[in-house]
Amino acid sequence: MIELKTVLTRHVPVRYFEGGLGPDLVFLHGAGGLTAEDPFLNALAAKHHVYAPLIPGYGDSEEAPEIRDMLDFTLHTWDVIEALGCKDPILVGHSMGGMIAAEMAAIAPNDLTRLALIAPAGLWDDDHPVVDMFSTLPFEMPQLLFHDAAAGAAILTAGRNVEDPAFLQAYLVTNARQLGMAGRILFPIPERGLHQRLYRIKAKTVIVWGDNDRMIAPTYAHAFKKGIAGSQLVSIPEAGHMVIVEKTAAVVQAIGGLD
Amino acid sequence: MKFTWFNLMPWPYLPDDFREKNRSVWVDIDQKLFDPAKSHEVYNTYMDLLEYADTLGFDGVGVNEHHQNGYGIMPSPNIIAAGLARRTKDAAIVVLGNSIALYNPPIRVAEEFAMLDCISGGRLVAGFPVGTSMDTNYCYGQIPSLTREKYQEAHDLIMKAWTTREPFAWNGRYNKLRHVNIWPRPIQQPHPPVHIPGGGSVETYDFCIDNTYSYSYLSFSGYLRAQALMSGYWKRVEERGVDKSPYRAGFAQTILVADTDEEAERLYSEHVSYFYNRCLHVYPGFADAPGYRTIKTIQTGALSQYAPPRGGYAQLTWKELTEQGHVIAGSPETVRQRMEDLIKGLNVGNIFCLMHVGNMPADKCMYSTKLFAEKVMPKLRGMFPDWDDDNRFWTAPLDKRVTAGRLPKEAPTAADLRKTYALEAGE
Repeated sequence: MIELKTVLTRHVPVRYFEGGLGPDLVFLHGAGGLTAEDPFLNALAAKHHVYAPLIPGYGDSEEAPEIRDMLDFTLHTWDVIEALGCKDPILVGHSMGGMIAAEMAAIAPNDLTRLALIAPAGLWDDDHPVVDMFSTLPFEMPQLLFHDAAAGAAILTAGRNVEDPAFLQAYLVTNARQLGMAGRILFPIPERGLHQRLYRIKAKTVIVWGDNDRMIAPTYAHAFKKGIAGSQLVSIPEAGHMVIVEKTAAVVQAIGGLD
Repeated sequence: MKFTWFNLMPWPYLPDDFREKNRSVWVDIDQKLFDPAKSHEVYNTYMDLLEYADTLGFDGVGVNEHHQNGYGIMPSPNIIAAGLARRTKDAAIVVLGNSIALYNPPIRVAEEFAMLDCISGGRLVAGFPVGTSMDTNYCYGQIPSLTREKYQEAHDLIMKAWTTREPFAWNGRYNKLRHVNIWPRPIQQPHPPVHIPGGGSVETYDFCIDNTYSYSYLSFSGYLRAQALMSGYWKRVEERGVDKSPYRAGFAQTILVADTDEEAERLYSEHVSYFYNRCLHVYPGFADAPGYRTIKTIQTGALSQYAPPRGGYAQLTWKELTEQGHVIAGSPETVRQRMEDLIKGLNVGNIFCLMHVGNMPADKCMYSTKLFAEKVMPKLRGMFPDWDDDNRFWTAPLDKRVTAGRLPKEAPTAADLRKTYALEAGE
């Protein structure tokens, strides 16, 4: 049902997942990337026509060396939406994707009427520093990403032989491509001035956060809510940063309120 | 051959249980382990040792740049180099180097290196490392996948600043400067010799070949393990059709000399253990920020030397460290033989002699250094007779240089000055 396709943009051909029927919805993935089997993507496609473009360098997509800073990411992603032929889609972003989505909504407030930010990056609070994912070792990830760390570890390692040198080599290359690109807006501190622009957002906005998010603490949910006039906050219990995996249905339901 | 006496300047007071109680010697090392009052003596002793090496005939004295690092207390090597420029006579001042992507704007490096070259009378070797991921990304916050682009621009700007004799504008991506016009500029023309520390990336090989820079492999794991990497470099040199002068390459090696092999072990083994088992304890999460290394480099299998071996570090013993070549240690004859193997095997003309190791006290360091200078170095001098005239990778100092402290003991009197300047006496 979900297909991997390619759309041309000014910079590079962009790979994207497409599937489902219903109103247009664009989903922007987090720093961990996205696959066709992603349960959240499939759940969204049950009621929407979903487009989920990969950031250049993610998956099998081409890298775009000329996309360097926040403005480049923001405009590039608008270019992708234009190239896909979407007009005012529901824009949904998770984590890094949420940061990009919020920037897009702030830079072009009149082009977007519905926005869902799921545990977005983009703000910084000295008292609650966002975890430095770049120096985090793989084995530390499950407990930072999931409410249920054991179940999360099983999801992250499913079907992979972490002892296989060929796997490790491929893993390092993937990491360098994906997180190298993500680092351009997230390293060393995932904040590029969004707090000064949040006020521009006009879209009807829902903010979704897992109560037990150990990557980006739920206190940030309130900062986003405060920054975006009229926004609604949906807190989801027993969920971590990967709330889209741990409580897929609840997140989809929260987004449904935008229709 | 060019022998440079090098000191990483390790902090010598890391506790015995450092590895057990701390996750990293670098980046987030415990502040409490540094004692500023003690560092007063540490710094001055280390600088004395560098100056001592100059009196023994080493070709160069070397310093480098690390940040928030328990084995390198030199965030600004130029400060140490300035002291050395004054207090040494003949040795090249080898700054290996300044991580140029970290200076804003990088013409700061063009200026400071120019000052060092001027103060030392043209004795500067300029090193331009990209910097480790720990220094560059985790301590100094540079975005990993943009570091190399920024480095490249900094290099191009510095070179243009050194070689252009009129003000120019620089409209770079990372630097916007309306009036670049460095003042002073270096003595050495067209610019001081440049050495590039590298860790096996193919891009860096080409960069050195293209610009006639010397490629330095600053490894701590010794010459036996360096064979593959250096062969890769020489293969590239051959492919590019340039000469294979050994001065196109440099190599860092820990060297310890005593009267006998047994005495070397008795004298130095605790200090070697301190360095290899305590100072290199780097948290793996800091070893290699994603995007810092290019895809091409990862695919060739070149990983950070700070990434721990699979299964983690075991405690390395003296036997393992010497047999595997991490350390060359022993009697002058043992050291000579192994140095010969290193020099021939890697085809390197520039040796960065790591002769102070870990928490080694000054007396042992002087003893080892003197033995090397007197009993080993002379026997290794003539290893590349065909390349004796190759001056492309080393300094060209002024023939006549002044020394520090030349002022007369007493300030002159008014009468002295009247005489000197032929002035009339006043009222």
